[in-house]
Amino acid sequence: MNKIWAIFRKDLLIELRTKDSLISMLFFGVVVLVVFNFALESLRESIRSAAPGILWVAFAFSGTLGLNRMFAAEKENGCLQGLLMTPADRGVIYLGKMLAATVFMLITEAIIFIFSLIFFNLTVGREIPYLILVFLVGTLGFTAVGTLLSAIAVNTKLREVLLPLILFPVVLPVLVNAVEATNIILNTSDYSALKFPITVMTVFTVVFGTIACVLFEYVLED
Amino acid sequence: MSEQSQSRLDIVLRIFLGLGMILALYMALIAAPREKSMGDLQRIFYFHVSAAIAGMTAFAVNFAASLMYVIGKKRRWDNLALSAAEIGVMFFSIVLVTGPIWAKGAWFVWWDWSSKRLTTSLVLCLLYAAYLLIRNYIEDPERKSMVSAIFGIIAFLDVPLVWLSIRLWSDSHHPNLTQKTGGLSPSMRPALLICSIAFELLLVYLLRRRYFLETLRGEIETLERRAS
Repeated sequence: MNKIWAIFRKDLLIELRTKDSLISMLFFGVVVLVVFNFALESLRESIRSAAPGILWVAFAFSGTLGLNRMFAAEKENGCLQGLLMTPADRGVIYLGKMLAATVFMLITEAIIFIFSLIFFNLTVGREIPYLILVFLVGTLGFTAVGTLLSAIAVNTKLREVLLPLILFPVVLPVLVNAVEATNIILNTSDYSALKFPITVMTVFTVVFGTIACVLFEYVLED
Repeated sequence: MSEQSQSRLDIVLRIFLGLGMILALYMALIAAPREKSMGDLQRIFYFHVSAAIAGMTAFAVNFAASLMYVIGKKRRWDNLALSAAEIGVMFFSIVLVTGPIWAKGAWFVWWDWSSKRLTTSLVLCLLYAAYLLIRNYIEDPERKSMVSAIFGIIAFLDVPLVWLSIRLWSDSHHPNLTQKTGGLSPSMRPALLICSIAFELLLVYLLRRRYFLETLRGEIETLERRAS
């Protein structure tokens, strides 16, 4: 647990000092919102029903940007070896990295969401706790697979280009359910329907998180 | 297995495959009864479903081989996994071509996103296309095998979750084979059975050939490395 925390703290510190990923993630997320606003001009009257989809596309795109940077810094500075030499299990490295990616994504999601409230003229009140829950579960599912695939992609010829190509098909169940859950919250009143999408996302996170934990050592081999 | 016995088995397989395909064509296009509402168009169904079953079998082989590679790290499992993934994508391309042709005639649209099977097929195809894509961009052969084996495991386990996720859209149009009522009339069953068997034979044959090719490639690589 301490080791996970140490890796998480390291990534957080680097990010707080450089602010490389967070700023680009945030900026890209907002750009996606603006682009969608023009792309779906004909839907502007009923934008509330399109909002869940737009939000999650923005989250996923900016999240991919962040995941791409998760191992890039180590790769570029030759620190991957150092990270591998720490007396920590590979699964622990994975969990630390995943935690960091999740926190970065949640921060950007919160800000992108606030922007979407303004751009799409949405009003939310009592929905907020439910939204936080869905954002949290969805993001965990996204980073559970994303961290593993990011470690794979960073060691290939294509690097940043490859990650979205292999990530999106795999993570599709999370996106579908996250959009659906967000839609239930924003556009319906019966929240008991939330149970199913949240369960599917949780199963996804647990299954792939466990696999990633076990198999991460094979992915990281220098 | 000696090369001679291997080629003899291949000859036998080839004969059975040829006969099976001719029989399948006869059963599906001539012997099977004409469907009442869809007419002859419905006959594409036999190939559509058979390709889907063969493709799914191929992906299951890929999953098993990937698992075996992670456990044992033997090159031959990776060769098998790669062969199965390629052939599975090929079979699912058949599914994705015949699907819209049928849909256009039966439901008057090319693509119906509410058809759970068609959409899942598409995602499956994308998943394994991604599998093949990863392999192209990793140079170190051992790393390539390991990483793709891990991705193969993830991709296969993803399938049921994809299936569950597309549940909300109604699946009313698609003939459901598992239901006892409706769907396939008993007189159509023999044609489907023969077609599926023929496609499975095709799968086995292609798998053997592709695996053989990959093994030869591996041998060449080893020889080249030794020479340089």
